[in-house]
Amino acid sequence: MSSIDLTWVIGGPQGGGVETAANIFAGACAGCGLKIFGKREYYSNIKGEHSYFGVRVSDKTIRSNVSGITMLVGFDSETIFRHVEDVFDDGAIVYESELTGMKMDEVHTLDAQFKERLKKYLTSKNKPFTIQGLLDEAKERGITLYPVSFREILANLSDETKNPKIRGMFRMQNVLAVSVSLGLLGLPPDTLLKSVGTIFSRKAEIAEMNKVAANYAYNLATVKYSKFKYQLPQIPKEEHTMLVQGFQSTSLGKIACGCRFQSYYPITPASDESVFLESNEIFEVENNRPGSTLVVQTEDEISAIGMIIGASLTGTRSSTSTSGPGFSLMAEALGWAGINEVPIVVTLYQRSGPSTGLPTRHGQDDLLFAIHAGHGDFPRIVYASGDTEEGFYDTAKCFNFADVYQIPVIHMMDKFIASTVSTVPRFDSTKITIQRGKLLEKIEDAGYKRFTPSPDGISPRSRLGLENGIFWNTGDESDQEGHISEDPENRIYKMDKRAHKLDLALEQIPKEDQAINYGISDFCIISWGSAKGPILDGIDMLKKEGYKVGFIQIKMLHPFPTGYVQSLLSGVKTIIDIEANQAGQLGSLFNEHLDRKVDYYILKYTGRPMTCNEVFDSVKKIIDNKAEKKQVLTYGV
Amino acid sequence: MASNLADYKTEVHNDWCPGCGDFGIVSAIQMALAEMQVPRHKAAIFSGVGCSGKTSHFINTYGVHTLHGRVLAFSQGAKLANPEMTIIAAGGDGDGLGIGAGHFVAAGRRNVDMTYIIFNNGVYGLTKGQASPTLKLGLKTKSLPEPNVNQSVNPIALAIASGYTFVARGYAYDVRQLKDLIIAAVKHRGLSFLDVLQPCPTYNDINTRDWFSGLDNIDEMTNKPMPRIYKLEDTGYDPLVHIDSPEEENEKLTQALIKSNEWDSKIPTGIFYKNEIIAPYDERMAGRIPNYLENPPAYQEISSGGKSITNISKMLDALEI
Repeated sequence: MSSIDLTWVIGGPQGGGVETAANIFAGACAGCGLKIFGKREYYSNIKGEHSYFGVRVSDKTIRSNVSGITMLVGFDSETIFRHVEDVFDDGAIVYESELTGMKMDEVHTLDAQFKERLKKYLTSKNKPFTIQGLLDEAKERGITLYPVSFREILANLSDETKNPKIRGMFRMQNVLAVSVSLGLLGLPPDTLLKSVGTIFSRKAEIAEMNKVAANYAYNLATVKYSKFKYQLPQIPKEEHTMLVQGFQSTSLGKIACGCRFQSYYPITPASDESVFLESNEIFEVENNRPGSTLVVQTEDEISAIGMIIGASLTGTRSSTSTSGPGFSLMAEALGWAGINEVPIVVTLYQRSGPSTGLPTRHGQDDLLFAIHAGHGDFPRIVYASGDTEEGFYDTAKCFNFADVYQIPVIHMMDKFIASTVSTVPRFDSTKITIQRGKLLEKIEDAGYKRFTPSPDGISPRSRLGLENGIFWNTGDESDQEGHISEDPENRIYKMDKRAHKLDLALEQIPKEDQAINYGISDFCIISWGSAKGPILDGIDMLKKEGYKVGFIQIKMLHPFPTGYVQSLLSGVKTIIDIEANQAGQLGSLFNEHLDRKVDYYILKYTGRPMTCNEVFDSVKKIIDNKAEKKQVLTYGV
Repeated sequence: MASNLADYKTEVHNDWCPGCGDFGIVSAIQMALAEMQVPRHKAAIFSGVGCSGKTSHFINTYGVHTLHGRVLAFSQGAKLANPEMTIIAAGGDGDGLGIGAGHFVAAGRRNVDMTYIIFNNGVYGLTKGQASPTLKLGLKTKSLPEPNVNQSVNPIALAIASGYTFVARGYAYDVRQLKDLIIAAVKHRGLSFLDVLQPCPTYNDINTRDWFSGLDNIDEMTNKPMPRIYKLEDTGYDPLVHIDSPEEENEKLTQALIKSNEWDSKIPTGIFYKNEIIAPYDERMAGRIPNYLENPPAYQEISSGGKSITNISKMLDALEI
């Protein structure tokens, strides 16, 4: 059997069921044992603007998107205008046949800059600015066209089932579109129907109606149209595979590792995590009473971080989840947690800044800010996950770092991971450990002092409510009890005590948790966070063409694992920095900490995640000695 | 073992100005804790930043001196995670009604079972006497280059509008009444707010102790000063919402708002409004999480032998294909 790797994209107006359709598609494919990597792109808008969902399907492990579309599905005009250019020459388009006369200028949600670019393209191809013009151009390129009248399907279905309501149920277009595509792609209908049932599992009547519609559209596709040249195979399913959205990883990690207090202020793309936690606020605890997470929606992000500091003072594992604008507001309180040695975890789902920036788009712009946020010198750990699976296990590690070093930890995630839907091995909570460090359960004698000296600089930590455990905290510099002190010698003791924790962290945290070495070569990529997936897939593609490239993924960004990374890079000739920001922020950390400089930068800051093809092309250029020092990636609408 | 008043005092040097109203408030808090016999480790004083921010260091319970304007955020988090604690938040009028005004309003909506005391003196003392949100329009206190150009905020009215279920005012030089008000506030089920008139002897040379005592306001008949401060309870005022009816609630809210507008010649102290019919936040939480109060976040067991004991298998099952 030859290997399959195709990308299916469905688009439509925000609120029009695009996500539901994609979830049905992904569920059906995953049900056949196939691997999924899907991502959602949308505007900052509730209803009407264009959103789309791309699902890459393969029988091999995939960790990124590709530049291009194998099958495009659109039940509205904008989807066709937006994406036809991206369809591969051997690809297919499933479209609403009644829309072909639509002119570009009739679609009000198309922005002027986009229209200008598309008009230029169509003019160069000598085609009119209509859907028909675009489709003609597509056909000339070899693309297979599948005109489908969804309106007609609904009408026929209504007649056949003697259910007049169905005639006007345009909301079901999304389900019809998926079903037609799966019919063309040859996936067994039972997996489709099962997936439809799962998606609508909470509404039995709606599930039933959608199943009938799905079955009808699927059969129509197999009868009316010739099969698409690429067919999805059914392969043996790997046991214990989950279909997970990225944000669910940190939520589940928090529940598993004992985070029992979460506060948040609504912000894209972070709030999905808190909503998931609230939806699952009660859970089973082995040999114990049911446990619960208290999720508090606050008035702003300042309150969110203030509340978790207060909660953490009671010994509760506590965290907040936010994005760049919210994190900006948290800077002052972060310093308070630092000076008072309070363990907290801030899960930072980055998006494109500055300011409101591209509020629903991806970016890795907040690395340097996370490292430097807050005034004055105080220690914090900045730790970044590279994908959904890492998100789960790293969440537990971040809470351990916080507890052991009594320090604020910023867990870097991003919009790319948050909105990725992918097949991953079932999370295993027996693999996570829980280390609470020097948190005290009991204090026998009087005389406890919160900041008492100890050989490793970390003092036993009392908590609110503990007998004999009374302490004071203050944002001022303080003495060992926690009372305000401006004494110079005490100042040196306290500052050095806190700073020393970073040396300790570097010494104690296992090297493989600080950075991951995927192989070293003359040319070596350095990166962090979600760029991992496209890089690994890109490296595989390069390997097939005989190019050997190394890769080091830095997970602990602060304190920076200088010694370890330096040792890994000792034989490397050329360092290539790949990340999703404009300034090359990881690159500047390298230049700051290492005794050598980054040689090439591959950067993307359009708000769209990079694809494996982009990594492939740009790295290849470097190896072939045809690249500028800095390449800027642009793929994606 | 019973605690006496001295047990609630620390030996930390107090650097407030001589004659500062803050001394009376700290004494009243210590007296209230002693009278209620709150175990020292079951109480926590949270404070904001400014002169009043130092309050937590003078009281021998847990003391958390937070950030400017953020005392309610920190203290609510602690109370929600460990509902067994007796929590008193303290801060200045600039802290709570200027930089922290958003938190002040939001806290009223939650009605967390704790107490918030504002030390209200009309000025930002620690930064040398700038006008605070409660200074009246047109007043020019000692260090202001020009008279205050802003209207003042009415803390009692704002608390009532925000949903606080216990709203009262004390006077820093009437420590006995203040102590009683603090006890009533702490015992109240829900969020209690205490506005404490606290003359700043250094920077507020208008609303002084003498001014509150009416030394500038001599009764022509008796030739005696007419004190501005009076007690609502002496007038037969009833702040309590007795029954769960909109009419009753409206009546009590309205009379409290009217009373809150009294100033200049007559300034009421005492309890303006009290409503225990509205459920505190912990009860609302217990409605969702039945064992929240018996097994709150701070007391939940999360691990055994370094391993997680939380069972997430049902959540994972739902995601399995």
